[in-house]
Amino acid sequence: MASNGPKLLPAAQLDALFDALQRRGYAVVGPRLRDGAIVYDELKSMADLPIGWHDRQGPGRYRVEAGGDRALFGYTVGPQSWKKYLFPPHETLWRGQRGENGFAIEPPPPPPRRAFIGVRACELQAIAVQDRVFTGGAAVDSRYAARRKEIFTVAVNCGVAGATCFCVSMNSGPRASRGFDLALTELLDAQRHDLLVEAGSDAGAEVLAELDAPSAAQADHSQADALVAATAASMGRQLDTTEIRALLYGNAESPRWKAVAERCVSCGNCTSVCPTCFCSDVQDVTSLDGSTTERERTWASCFTQSFTHMAGGSARVSTSSRYRHWLTHKLAGWIDQFGTSGCVGCGRCITWCPPGIDLTEEIAALRADAEKP
Amino acid sequence: MNADGSDPWVPQPWRVRDLRRDTSDVFSMQMAPLEGVAPPFKPGQFNMLYQFGQGEVAISISGHAPDGGILHTVRAVGAVTRVLEQIAPGTVLGVRGPFGNGWPVEELRGHDVVIVAGGLGLAPLRPLIEWLALHRADYGRVDIIYGARKPADLLYPTDIARWQRDCNIRMRVTVDNASPGWPGEIGAVTHLVPSIDLDPAKTLAVVCGPEVMMRFTVLALQQEGMEQSAIYLSMERHMQCAVGYCGHCFYGPHFICRDGPVFRFDRLHGGLIVPEL
Ligand SMILES: Cc1cc2nc3c(=O)[nH]c(=O)nc-3n(C[C@H](O)[C@H](O)[C@H](O)COP(=O)(O)OP(=O)(O)OC[C@H]3O[C@@H](n4cnc5c(N)ncnc54)[C@H](O)[C@@H]3O)c2cc1C
Ligand code: SF4
Ligand code: FES
Repeated sequence: MASNGPKLLPAAQLDALFDALQRRGYAVVGPRLRDGAIVYDELKSMADLPIGWHDRQGPGRYRVEAGGDRALFGYTVGPQSWKKYLFPPHETLWRGQRGENGFAIEPPPPPPRRAFIGVRACELQAIAVQDRVFTGGAAVDSRYAARRKEIFTVAVNCGVAGATCFCVSMNSGPRASRGFDLALTELLDAQRHDLLVEAGSDAGAEVLAELDAPSAAQADHSQADALVAATAASMGRQLDTTEIRALLYGNAESPRWKAVAERCVSCGNCTSVCPTCFCSDVQDVTSLDGSTTERERTWASCFTQSFTHMAGGSARVSTSSRYRHWLTHKLAGWIDQFGTSGCVGCGRCITWCPPGIDLTEEIAALRADAEKP
Repeated sequence: MNADGSDPWVPQPWRVRDLRRDTSDVFSMQMAPLEGVAPPFKPGQFNMLYQFGQGEVAISISGHAPDGGILHTVRAVGAVTRVLEQIAPGTVLGVRGPFGNGWPVEELRGHDVVIVAGGLGLAPLRPLIEWLALHRADYGRVDIIYGARKPADLLYPTDIARWQRDCNIRMRVTVDNASPGWPGEIGAVTHLVPSIDLDPAKTLAVVCGPEVMMRFTVLALQQEGMEQSAIYLSMERHMQCAVGYCGHCFYGPHFICRDGPVFRFDRLHGGLIVPEL
């Protein structure tokens, strides 16, 4: 009988996992190199992975470079997150047809089955956070819930930390501890190139049992543990979350907000790369003759003026008030609203901010100002 | 999905049975679902009204209407509300709701109640006043201060007369700009707060109107000795989803749509004091 305990799959045989998933009707999506960045897209086989590519990140900086090795997952997170599949940047909520009794409404088609491969621990946490946002309250977002149900998750434990990563501070990584079906740890050195494969759910155990690979040995586990521990010890950044709600709520009028607003260009990049930001605009797009309409939901950013439009004007006119709103909501308001921080420590907002504004630095400065006598 | 299995995104078809002009830019619609009667609502809750192909707007429920309908009072200010102003009775609109928490009718029980309304702020307060009138014995003194820009802007004149005449409610009406022969007060609602002679030990206050008006009303009530925890406000923010998904209505850590729109002042983060929250 096939075992479903942790197995050791030679890295070159990752296609066996692709096959097992595709046989189950999943479209496999994962990291892929495109236009100088590692993005998430459909993958036919492991050959589509950015094999041998690594990334270099910093505030306002991102580069990919070939590392001269065969690493499958030798990079951290890029500009995109799995949010683009679960909460797409643009979707139709329903279609309506003008009719005899006003209008008739038809719901959208059912979502596809997708297997996510290469999900990092911080991203698992981000998905768990969005689950709370869209399905944890009294009103469940049926579109999100339907898509979410069709997802199979293959996580990857990080073997390297990026310069803008701080998952250890946010308690979200670098090891995938829950919320996955399968988790991979890439063991790559001069002697070997293997994947340690562990199951995190019944669905994962079923797929694992099908993989024709030997059980992992104690030495493999030790090597994987050492790798993840080394990653944890090399975090690019840190964020001190002590009493973070009191810090942010209590310093709403700190001069620091004006100082950051002098650099912030209110572009909203931070909100679109953030894997948990969930704000949206809902708009009706109507045919020219007015007979049909589609209710469209698109990502919105709290950095725009129109975001808080009211008959009496915008609620947040200044850039400082918008940056304050974003950061305060992300790190404090979320805890009140959803019982969890909105930040998972992925560092995307630092990397993709054109002027390179770094929230860990902003929080440290706010804290230093607040502690001044 | 809502708790009842329906989809919170999908509007239900309702018919506008009657549309009446209240003032130069305010009108009231009586409306009811095509099938059945309007679902129960709490005073202070709101609906999302949808004009097919135009868009949706958040509008408070202003009361019951005959034959299982409800009343909405709307000011024509922009794209959707200007189209609504022009529709003919019989038109079918989409309705999602009711949403929000509503006024604290239970907490008010046994207390003197001071109601301060500015402009269209009277619209969401009307169902509360009708509730108090209906259960008058359960409440102490009821005082209403209502302010409008000019006499022609005053809403619900027949209701106002009835509340004073039949319901043992004291009402003071004030305008910013009086016309000749105006018998009421002149000036901001805040100036009338001292004249109520309220007893802070047994009074609760509810306030609805523009944000600046609410800010100054709270100060005036506090001058009379009222605690922050005895004052309730209804907040307005941009709204799109009304169920806590879209983020437009955030005020500090609150979803105005889901946790509000009514807040006890001491629980309202930043307490209207921090600008641009
Ligand atoms: C809880 C609540 C209760 C309200 N009750 C009433 C009421 O009883 N009567 C009344 O006349 N008005 C009420 N309003 C205000 C009303 O929602 C706005 O005046 C209306 O949305 C303006 O839409 P418009 O398309 O005509 O104007 P535009 O200025 O052209 O607005 C453009 C779009 O902004 C969106 N929008 C969402 N929320 C708001 C908002 N708060 N203010 C402005 N635009 C908004 C709408 O989708 C609207 O179509 C209430 C608002 C809230 C939040
Ligand atoms: S913080 Fe940076 S990314 Fe975010 S809006 Fe400001 S400039 Fe753009
Ligand atoms: S209106 Fe969308 S979150 Fe409140």
